[in-house]
Amino acid sequence: MSKRVAASLVAGAMVTVLTACGSGGGGSADKGSGHKLVVGFSQVGAESGWRTANTKSIQESAKKAGVELKFSDAQQKQENQIKAIRSFIQQKVDVIAFSPVVESGWDTVLKEAKDAHIPVVLTDRAVDSKDESLYVSFLGSDFVEEGKKAGDWLVKEYANNSADVNIVQLEGTTGSAPANDRKSGFADATKGEPKFKVVASQTGDFTRAKGKEVMQAFLKSQPKIDVLYAHNDDMALGAIQAIEEAGKKPGTDIKIVSVDGVKDAFTAMSQGKINYDVECNPLLGDQLMDLVKKVKAGEQVPRRIKTEEGTFTPEQATAALPNRQY
Amino acid sequence: MSTATATAASPVKAVIRSRLFWPAAVLTVLLVANLAFTPDFFSVHLQGGHLYGSLIDILHFGAPLILVSLGMTLVIATGGIDLSVGSTVAISGALACLHISDSSDPGSVGTVLTALGIALGAALVLGTVNGVLVARVGVQPIIATLILMVAGRGVAQLITDGQIITVTSDPFKLIGGGYWLTMPFAILLSALVVLATVLLTRFTALGLLLESVGGNPVASRLVGIRAMRLVGLVYVFSALCAALAGLMVSSNVSAADGNNAGLWIELDAILAVVLGGTSLNGGRFSIGGTVLGALIIQTLSTTVYTIGIPPETTLVFKAFVVIAVCLIQSPVFRAKLAARGTRTRRTTRSHAAGPTNREVGA
Repeated sequence: MSKRVAASLVAGAMVTVLTACGSGGGGSADKGSGHKLVVGFSQVGAESGWRTANTKSIQESAKKAGVELKFSDAQQKQENQIKAIRSFIQQKVDVIAFSPVVESGWDTVLKEAKDAHIPVVLTDRAVDSKDESLYVSFLGSDFVEEGKKAGDWLVKEYANNSADVNIVQLEGTTGSAPANDRKSGFADATKGEPKFKVVASQTGDFTRAKGKEVMQAFLKSQPKIDVLYAHNDDMALGAIQAIEEAGKKPGTDIKIVSVDGVKDAFTAMSQGKINYDVECNPLLGDQLMDLVKKVKAGEQVPRRIKTEEGTFTPEQATAALPNRQY
Repeated sequence: MSTATATAASPVKAVIRSRLFWPAAVLTVLLVANLAFTPDFFSVHLQGGHLYGSLIDILHFGAPLILVSLGMTLVIATGGIDLSVGSTVAISGALACLHISDSSDPGSVGTVLTALGIALGAALVLGTVNGVLVARVGVQPIIATLILMVAGRGVAQLITDGQIITVTSDPFKLIGGGYWLTMPFAILLSALVVLATVLLTRFTALGLLLESVGGNPVASRLVGIRAMRLVGLVYVFSALCAALAGLMVSSNVSAADGNNAGLWIELDAILAVVLGGTSLNGGRFSIGGTVLGALIIQTLSTTVYTIGIPPETTLVFKAFVVIAVCLIQSPVFRAKLAARGTRTRRTTRSHAAGPTNREVGA
């Protein structure tokens, strides 16, 4: 460990020499000097396939864009992330980017970055801070928008149908931002038409096992289910098994709309088992590199940048399946 | 601590009956409560060649928890505790799925049997580590198994690379998600293991020896019981049960999820053991009670889904039910209630009062 610290200190010293105290200028000073842009990135961890794809995308895009990336994995602990950010400050990187593990408790360390004139960019998750000047921009998915897209599809799908549509919802982990936002976005999109009724809604903790368990209970307690809305693909995949065991056809007897767009879900879509999937895109590397370059050049950037996200019908999913990375 | 020897007397049977009575009563109440919300809750019919109904679901999803709780019961009987079962669940599922997904022929019985062998073999090692730490090295059980609880989750994530490994293998699917003789295979497998354990502990001296070690390890050693070996063995047994549960969980969804499989199952298992009337202080244990306890927990989950309790309040609802169950099971509490009702003072120093009372505190 001490070896690594020493190495990073040496690296930090070299960066200082190279930039020749350019950090005082607050940005545009070293434009065109041939100096390589250095970005410190602190990732949440490697807790899911989505996250791994996210990491890979950032590393590959950095290489492609000729940006030197100092990557640190926080293993889902805030203290690790704070340590990483402090070491980035010591190394005097040009821009710090990070996906905060939790929402609160960042003021002190972000203040240190600000005092060192290092701009901070958030990716994927937001922080909860009163001081807006602590970071320049937040690049990530809009979970409310994702819920809305799912709801919009449903409204269109049932446009010529006046009968009641009974919906069951598999929520994400209770209290998490994606679960709250995907629920409210979906409710917003469907609230205009009273025929859409959410007859049951329970948390499936974003996992397959829970998704299956809850769906089995729904299938027994609800006499008529037309649509399943799952907050992520894993729960939808679990629910599909439950629906099949109940002797019904997923995608036909019960229409399924889900969020994420992972490979396993695309496979299920190609078999007609999921009707619509809203993408939650982890591949934000290219957008992030564009953003940090602009930030470094001193350009004005929007406070909130949404990742480019699509939606998939079964046909599109089947076509995209061979190239799906995660 | 003297309870283990005290119960060896003739009123044992009456006591055991009364200990099983309350968990059974609670389970019945929960099931009947469901009937009010879902009129056909008890209906079980054939669907696609297998039994289908809420009761089957409860048994099916409860099967892994029953297994884990079974191992936990014996560990707790010796006065220990095993926090590492959740991690063992994750590791076993991860190893099995990794082997199947890597093999050239995932659908063959041979591949699946090898996968089972690898998973159970790993559990044997993990259980032995726990056993040696507790029995030989003398580390407190809660600390010894905490090591594996934390590290094991990491190992599972390492095996799966943090990803969800999806497998398509019909023989593997049978263990947790398949059917045999119209029943979910997982139920049959759990029932078999429970039955074997009951036979082993109640029809040989093993059960008595375990209770003796849990009741008073020093005295047991002095009368010539190999306490150390027994204590070590129950951790191995617990790990094997957990591994079997892990295979069921991953087989049921045909995927291994190193991050979430078996997460917090150790707490559910401990709760099941306590609800079943086994004291956390060691000594007497009740396998029948544990099975009932596990079923109560699973029925509670199903109740939450069918009644439609909002997810935000689920935990509060569960907590209230658990507190109520623990209080009802406490003879001291019941006696106090009765005394209030009749306004007569009664002494409550029955031999069952001691351990059950402590459970409520735990």
